[in-house]
Amino acid sequence: MLLKRKMLLLGLLATAFSVLFLFWDIGTAFGYVFPRRLVKVAAIILTGSCIAFSTVIFQTITNNRILTPSLIGLDSLYMLIQTAIVFVFGGRQLAMMENRFHFVLSVGLMVLFALLLFRLVFRMEQRNIYFLLLIGIICGTFFSSISSFMQMLIDPNEFSIVQDSMFASFNNVNDDLLGISAIIMILTGVYAFPMLKYLNVMALGQDQAVNLGIPYNKIVRRWLIIIAVLVSVSTALVGPITFLGLLVANVAHQLFQTYRHSYLIIGAVLISIITLAGGQFIVEHLFTFSIPISVIVNFVGGVYFLYLLLKENRSW
Amino acid sequence: MVEVKHVSKTYGSKKVIENLSVDIQPGKITSFIGSNGAGKSTLLSMLSRLISKDEGQVLLHGRDIHSIKPNDLAKELSILKQSNHIDLRIQVRDLISFGRFPYSQGRLTKEDWVEINKAIHYMELEEIQERYIDELSGGQLQRAYIAMIIAQDTDYVMLDEPLNNLDMKHSVQIMKSLRKMVEEMGKTAVIVIHDINFASCYSDRIVALKHGEIVREGPTEEMINSEMLKEVYDMDIPVQLINGERICLHFK
Amino acid sequence: MDIGGLTSQQQEILLVSRIPRLLSILIAGMSMSVIGFIMQQLSRNKFVSPTTAGTMDSARLGILAALILFPTASMLMKVSIAFVFALAGTFLFMKILDRIKFKDTIFIPLVGLMFGNIVGSLTTFIAYRFDMIQSIGSWLQGDFSMIVKGRYELLYLSIPALILAYFYANRFTIAGMGKDFASNLGLQYKQIVNIGLVIVAFVSSIVLLTVGSLPFLGLIIPNIVSIYQGDHLQKNLLHTALLGALFVLVCDILGRVLIFPYEISIGLTVGVLGSGIFLFLLLRRNAYAS
Repeated sequence: MLLKRKMLLLGLLATAFSVLFLFWDIGTAFGYVFPRRLVKVAAIILTGSCIAFSTVIFQTITNNRILTPSLIGLDSLYMLIQTAIVFVFGGRQLAMMENRFHFVLSVGLMVLFALLLFRLVFRMEQRNIYFLLLIGIICGTFFSSISSFMQMLIDPNEFSIVQDSMFASFNNVNDDLLGISAIIMILTGVYAFPMLKYLNVMALGQDQAVNLGIPYNKIVRRWLIIIAVLVSVSTALVGPITFLGLLVANVAHQLFQTYRHSYLIIGAVLISIITLAGGQFIVEHLFTFSIPISVIVNFVGGVYFLYLLLKENRSW
Repeated sequence: MVEVKHVSKTYGSKKVIENLSVDIQPGKITSFIGSNGAGKSTLLSMLSRLISKDEGQVLLHGRDIHSIKPNDLAKELSILKQSNHIDLRIQVRDLISFGRFPYSQGRLTKEDWVEINKAIHYMELEEIQERYIDELSGGQLQRAYIAMIIAQDTDYVMLDEPLNNLDMKHSVQIMKSLRKMVEEMGKTAVIVIHDINFASCYSDRIVALKHGEIVREGPTEEMINSEMLKEVYDMDIPVQLINGERICLHFK
Repeated sequence: MDIGGLTSQQQEILLVSRIPRLLSILIAGMSMSVIGFIMQQLSRNKFVSPTTAGTMDSARLGILAALILFPTASMLMKVSIAFVFALAGTFLFMKILDRIKFKDTIFIPLVGLMFGNIVGSLTTFIAYRFDMIQSIGSWLQGDFSMIVKGRYELLYLSIPALILAYFYANRFTIAGMGKDFASNLGLQYKQIVNIGLVIVAFVSSIVLLTVGSLPFLGLIIPNIVSIYQGDHLQKNLLHTALLGALFVLVCDILGRVLIFPYEISIGLTVGVLGSGIFLFLLLRRNAYAS
């Protein structure tokens, strides 16, 4: 079957890119370089899967292919947390801070914010998911107003520390955190697994889903929490990559042309790994680390997206 | 039997349905009629738990529909809203197969496929069953959705303006198949319908709404007359018997 | 010369700093609110504004381009380049709007904000390459403290644009009803929309370059006006302009007294108050929507 062949091809590509990234130009310092690269590949697989998975599901829930969960203000909140730490305690503090404490703090605050946001919106009479997003984005603007004000006040040397956390990077992923993240992700995955079967039906829209016996509001709420956790974890692990999800979810839809989420999700995860592994390879060997991967991915994602909006022969 | 007891619905400060009670009689087609904004669709959506109600109860076989497990309810009662555009790359056949979700949770068995094929046959969709829904005309899409509801195999079928955007031929086709479902399969249909003559020709009972309340209800032959129409629509509409059907002449 | 018993130093401060600052506040407040109003008329959507349609982000990309390509360019030159980008960006957004079938009031600004984010990602990409993230970031933040004589006069250019907007106001509304509707009334649809977009892009780039961005201003002011006096076009335009000026003035005074002797930049005060008020408007709309 055609879909399976495509999936196989993606799988091969993802493996090939990871292997290429691991062994390319590895030189004589194998014992030093290899474990480091292994950590990076693990981080790539983890965050790539998180983001792809959450975006595909988010787009299904919102019945929309031009939205991404990073938009609900989580990225801006993460930036605010980093900026505030530098602003209040100074740059050295951010660098020195106990990794795990910092990670838990960031994830905790982001998930807390998302839960508050969901509570606020779902308590209201009309639970419009676009409304939720718009409120999220405005909170995002609010956060970035404060961070950019702080950023103006801190001195340029300290700013460079903040700037590092503005962009996702796989270069200094901590292996402790990798373990914690993997555990959180697996637990979330276990929690999410029984709800996967609802996704195909939810793609038909709320009315149809209710008609077919899905406890819609409950399931949507659960999915949103799962999405919030996954996005927060991946952001806290490597930093914000706003448009990665948008890019891979849409490529998966275009490539597979199906409503079946088994294909869409696995496909998007593989595409995500290909993008990140390939991107990181380019960053290291072509740009020699001069540009963070998230800047490239966002750039490519943004351009692809504009192309989709304007060129492709369909309406949204 | 479905019983609606004293339901109300308010949007903002606007009362859309006020203290409304009605019984849906099994094995019949019941039509909700009334002018725009009378609350027909809201009532139907509350009947089928698509929207919540502020007060009152909807009972199915004596049980509140909100106390029934969603999945079990989906085997008893189905609802089709005005066909909304969905952006999904899906074949007609697969769309119809979703009707079996309450039974199989997505893992279709042989019996499920029997039901699906029956539904396809019933709505005469054999020739287009491999097509993708974004290639269909409005009428074909509507028929595909109805086939999905048939595959869902519920005793109660609720349709919100099923004839919207359909031409005469397809409208008649859909109403005929509804009639057939009620007579041959013993189902109960509730429809919201704008065309008073379709309501008159195909339904057994009529419930007339105005400003969120029931003006009158009863068997079709007692309902379709100038006096009732005047009350519901504020128009003088003569009714004539043509070939045994009561036809409302509302054009002049 | 002696004005009201001020010392010459006080006079100096008044002329060089205070008066320019006041004028620029008034003009910037008016301009941003009025162009927000125009955009809402053209798109028939109460939640569209330069912030929610990618205009500001495009202008920022333009400023970056100007800074990189012509580091020594004059202000006017920078404004022109920013203007071209802002115009192209807004135009692109309108084009995207055409292609969107699902015209939900809330969905449209969502698309606009997404679009703005995308343009922003291009800006970041380029800025990063040229190590200009922090300096482009400062354009993001509205700030009146840098306004002194000789640095704000460009703002005057937006006044004729606003006058033009006043005369075209009714036509913008008709154009907002759609191409067919406008043509039926004998209006040159394309021309009107283009004039509107040119005014919007022009004014936003000027304000962005002289003052910085004032997020959500163009969104909240017209909405507040329409709440308290309904939708009367030309009358609203005047109220919008005045309320906008007043709002920015209040924000500026707040920013200056709250942590005196330091100053909170206007971008932050407007951003915080603006997003708060916008949220309030949204929640209010939701409560009354049917």
